[in-house]
Amino acid sequence: MKKHWYDYLWIVELTYLALGFFNILFAWLGLVFFFVPLIISAVRGTKGYCNRYCGRGQIFGLLGGRFGLSRKKDIPSWMKSKWFRYGFLIFFFVMFFQMLWNTYLVFAGVRNLHQAVTLLWTFRLPWHWAYHGTLFHPGVAQFAFGFYSVMLTSAVLGLLTMVLFKPRSWCVYCPMGTMTQLICKAKSGKE
Amino acid sequence: MTARKKRRAVVDESACVACGCCAKVCPLSAIQIWHGIRAAVNADRCVGCGRCAKECPASVIEIQEVQA
Repeated sequence: MKKHWYDYLWIVELTYLALGFFNILFAWLGLVFFFVPLIISAVRGTKGYCNRYCGRGQIFGLLGGRFGLSRKKDIPSWMKSKWFRYGFLIFFFVMFFQMLWNTYLVFAGVRNLHQAVTLLWTFRLPWHWAYHGTLFHPGVAQFAFGFYSVMLTSAVLGLLTMVLFKPRSWCVYCPMGTMTQLICKAKSGKE
Repeated sequence: MTARKKRRAVVDESACVACGCCAKVCPLSAIQIWHGIRAAVNADRCVGCGRCAKECPASVIEIQEVQA
């Protein structure tokens, strides 16, 4: 099948994850991966991002498919059930807002900057080597640490389910995918 | 005379997450994502090769035999 430019977006995603190991402030670039899917679904009413441009999905597809790092077993039915998908979306939202709250506290001067990345919402990994100071407020860096935690956590979860089930199992419960599908449903219902 | 049967992909629409993995691998472009909500099979084009069913991360596509 003919390759398109967007079939190589996994390189962008991989570069993004790698940059976070060198300078945490690059984590801000990840907002693109958040807003572009939402904009595409809200404006065009499609899941064009998932279908074509998601570099994360492409990484799982490559590692699990071409590199054979997946058992290629069916995902358990509870993982594709609506309650799990919507529940995970809500959980993700709650954790995201908690991260925003922590960022606010640093901006407000109530809390000091924590130079750590929290993996799977639990494990606090020291990440000071990727922080070289900022020209802006420490809150800017706090958001970067928090946002990178979200991105790394989803990558780890995706890799885990890639190995256990099918390569792109993450796509089944990806909060962005669930959210964009909901937007498409709402948009389609209106027309 | 026995009726001819054809194999065709059938999507469990309520469980489809519309990720588009199926559309990516279909050699005949017989499956597409409908309005970002679910996968839709073009019955005239589909030959039931099963690539989409194999690729589907949610395993919601089945190959079924239908009357031609």
